Amino acid sequence: MVEIALPANSKIDKGVVHAAEGTIANPRTLKIYRWNPDDEANPRVDTYTIDADDCGPMVLDALIKVKNEVDSTLTFRRSCREGICGSCAMNIDGQNTLACTKGLEDVKGDIAIYPLPHMPVIKDLVPDLSNLYAQYESIEPWLKTDTPTPQGEWKQSKEDREQLDGLYECILCACCSTSCPSYWWNSDKYLGPAVLLQAYRWLADSRDEKTGERLDDLEDPFRVYRCHTIMNCAKACPKGLSPAKAITEIKKMMVERTV
Amino acid sequence: MSDMRTPLSRVRGLGSAKKGTEHFFMQRVTALANIPLTLFLVGALVVHAGSDYATMTAFLGNPFIGLIMLLLIVSAVYHMRLGLQVVIEDYVHGEATKLLALIANQFFAFTIGVACVLAVLKLVIG
Repeated sequence: MVEIALPANSKIDKGVVHAAEGTIANPRTLKIYRWNPDDEANPRVDTYTIDADDCGPMVLDALIKVKNEVDSTLTFRRSCREGICGSCAMNIDGQNTLACTKGLEDVKGDIAIYPLPHMPVIKDLVPDLSNLYAQYESIEPWLKTDTPTPQGEWKQSKEDREQLDGLYECILCACCSTSCPSYWWNSDKYLGPAVLLQAYRWLADSRDEKTGERLDDLEDPFRVYRCHTIMNCAKACPKGLSPAKAITEIKKMMVERTV
Repeated sequence: MSDMRTPLSRVRGLGSAKKGTEHFFMQRVTALANIPLTLFLVGALVVHAGSDYATMTAFLGNPFIGLIMLLLIVSAVYHMRLGLQVVIEDYVHGEATKLLALIANQFFAFTIGVACVLAVLKLVIG
């Protein structure tokens, strides 16, 4: 049904301004979404000004600097700081991306930083991705075979291995799924671009023996066919992958086995 | 309402419907068919701009023209039904409301389609 009223905590208040102390050489201003589940308050956008000359080059460096030197309550996920773990996915300057690979210099003016869109927020920049992880588990992302496991490795030709290029690089940061309007409206049933790209990664694997069963499980008006090739996923992916193309390949396999 | 089901249980839900490909495929097939058929309709309307009633009924009463019109009606209405279904599934989230909207979509498409077919048949045969 149509919801007339916005959910609780939808209104974002003006936040605290943390001005820089003294004069700084290269001031950059971060406007960061803050929300704490422990108080009753609405979310707010706090403002922090830092010296970019005394900071690493990436947005994550600036966040760490703020947490270390200005406001230790700022909460965000980070781990590898080199674009391979996917922890620091967030919405920076209106685009879902990784804070560790987004340069401060890539953003003109104030740098707006929000959590990944349309996910429940746990705190500040930390979204609740439990649903996405359960969806990933539901596609059974491992090699499934009936043939007894060989003594050595499961063999694959060079050409077959190349079918996995553009798929295996996915780090499951969720930038794509949380940029997808279809996923916003129907994330309870639509698997979304990240999980579907992973699903195709196993469909495209020449060593897997459960392709038909995998397609059976995906063939559903909601699980796959909510994708309307909006292409936000491909635009958002910080690894330069195209989940939209992977989903199209799934649809092609679906059609191929019926005609 | 607190939901104590696990996320995986919620995601698996009622399982796969094991359909959707036919819908997807037919939406593309009817889209393909609609290109020449719609172009023909636009061309026919341009050529007959300002024509009187007798000319139009004679034109549409021609069996070959009538055939193209019937194909256009079937293809366009089928395409409309499939497309509206997608819109409803995307945006209507209450299960009861969604079911009613999907049924209404069926009734609407069939009524419009049969009415248009009847009109063409009347001109061709009647």
